Amino acid sequence: MYLATKQLTKQFGGLHAVNEVDFTVEKGKINAIIGPNGAGKSTFFNLISGVHKPSSGQVIFKNVDISNLPSNKIAKLGVARTFQTTNLFEKSTVFENVIVGHRLRTNSNLFDAIFRTKRLQQEEERSKEKALEVLDFVGLTKSAERVVANISQEEKKRVAFALALATNPEIVFLDEPTAGVNPDETEELSSLIVKMKERGITVCLIEHKMQMIMEMADKIMVLNYGKKIAEGTPNEINNNEQVIEAYLGRSASA
Amino acid sequence: MPKKFEKYIVIFFIVLAIIFPLITQNDYYIHIMTLAFIWSIAVYGLNLLAGYTGYLSLAHAGFFAIGAYAVGLLTVKIEMGFWVAFILAPIITAVIGFFIGIISLRTKEHYFAIYTLCVGYVIYLIIDKWDSLTEGVRGLMGIPAPANIGPISFTTPLSQYYLVLAILLLVIFIIYRIINSLVGRTFIAIRNSEPLALSLGISTIKNKLLSFVLSTFFAGLAGALYASFVRFLGPDIASTAITFDLLMYLIVGGIGTLFGPIVGTTLIVWISQNLQFLQDYRMLIFGPLLTILIIFAPRGIMGIIGDWKVKSSEKKRNKEAQKSQSELKKEA
Ligand SMILES: Nc1ncnc2c1ncn2[C@@H]1O[C@H](COP(=O)(O)OP(=O)(O)OP(=O)(O)O)[C@@H](O)[C@H]1O
Ligand SMILES: [Mg+2]
Repeated sequence: MYLATKQLTKQFGGLHAVNEVDFTVEKGKINAIIGPNGAGKSTFFNLISGVHKPSSGQVIFKNVDISNLPSNKIAKLGVARTFQTTNLFEKSTVFENVIVGHRLRTNSNLFDAIFRTKRLQQEEERSKEKALEVLDFVGLTKSAERVVANISQEEKKRVAFALALATNPEIVFLDEPTAGVNPDETEELSSLIVKMKERGITVCLIEHKMQMIMEMADKIMVLNYGKKIAEGTPNEINNNEQVIEAYLGRSASA
Repeated sequence: MPKKFEKYIVIFFIVLAIIFPLITQNDYYIHIMTLAFIWSIAVYGLNLLAGYTGYLSLAHAGFFAIGAYAVGLLTVKIEMGFWVAFILAPIITAVIGFFIGIISLRTKEHYFAIYTLCVGYVIYLIIDKWDSLTEGVRGLMGIPAPANIGPISFTTPLSQYYLVLAILLLVIFIIYRIINSLVGRTFIAIRNSEPLALSLGISTIKNKLLSFVLSTFFAGLAGALYASFVRFLGPDIASTAITFDLLMYLIVGGIGTLFGPIVGTTLIVWISQNLQFLQDYRMLIFGPLLTILIIFAPRGIMGIIGDWKVKSSEKKRNKEAQKSQSELKKEA
């Protein structure tokens, strides 16, 4: 078992945002989580990535219980994520934004900074190389020197991917990676996500765009009111009565 | 704007600062400038925390006062050698800053500002009320001037000016090194978004504390210089009015910019010097000016220059893109 949740639950006051969810992420695959607005998808991600502590239940990553680790420690284990709303530093360039993504793999401290030690210079060089590498991977080499405020929404999404990739992750959690971009751009971002998988990175994503999910996901989990109501291949999900009723029926056009 | 050009501007200002006393030949102006430099050092500390890390501390004058009183009390009451006291002062301030940081950094945003405002006021009260130690409102007198270093003495305004200038340049250099390193990038990432920084594996707690301690260290250093330069201390230097002065210098110069603190501080110190004849009415001029500046240039004077640089490089890029496109067309 690669990454799994066991009876994972999060309560906000009386609300069960995530309710006793058992789920396993398939290594090296694209795992998708779908569900209506407010179903608890983002909260589920936040529990895995350590933003929230579970009310009960566990998150197990490679046989280690990470339920109570802080976000930054979880990131160091190789678990990266993007957010539903991108929050980049708008006044800085794309390249400058991405360099810090590799910070967790470096050790330079204040002393190194003030005296510009060999270690700092090497680690800075390494962080910059990493930034160029991931920007190349997401297809942003040409925009590296542009200020984030001046690039398109789709490019910002790519920068967010690049940042996550700069941490050297083995698994990435993408929260609505194509929200707010047009259909053509969605296609391009989808192929980028497939490219991540081909690189050997396990992908877990939340999406509302059904067609895209059905095409690319290897496995889908459906959440509704915090509960897992189905899990399976795209085909199985498509034919699941409960899902059609709870989700597809309501927004089949999506 | 090419990097080289920027370098020349910086060198120009350093040379200007060095020959300034020779130009004016006026001890009073030298005195004012020395004070402005001392305040700048404190503002640099504030900039690291508020500007680069995104945590607006309103206890800054308190830490400035701790550094000042540390030098004062160590030299006057314990009769410690000047330079030992001078070196200990910012360290003492940073240690106190460490403990206050641990507690106050549990809060965020407005709560952090309000909490540190209270901390600053408590520091003021302690200095004001603890007469037996600090002499309270009577003030602490008899602080020695910096002791000689070999043949160099620091008794004249001119020599003190150069001492303060040298320390200021060192501080700017250190800050430059910090903000342009992975450490500085880490601070900026925290300012930008703490959840994002955490998700990138950055320990926000550790880094915020580091920034806080550094900011108090520079406040303490400025305070120590102030004590040895003015040689008389009253509780007023810990007052919130001083904190807000420092904040005003920072905002006018440009929060989160390398040269904002020195630009803002010298500018305002000189303007208020020249408006002295208006007494308290000068606030009638300052208030509206500051308001206008914040509306039109929220990142201060250096912020305007920075935005202008971004725009011009973006324009250049567009031009180049057009050029290469028209060339492609020609070829076709
Ligand atoms: N920090 C929080 N405090 C209180 N309630 C919260 C918090 N975060 C989420 N919720 C609530 O939990 C429920 C699930 O929210 P969540 O953001 O996980 O939904 P989602 O499936 O990601 O929805 P969307 O598709 O709109 O992004 C919602 O009712 C939301 O209001
Ligand atoms: Mg969501």
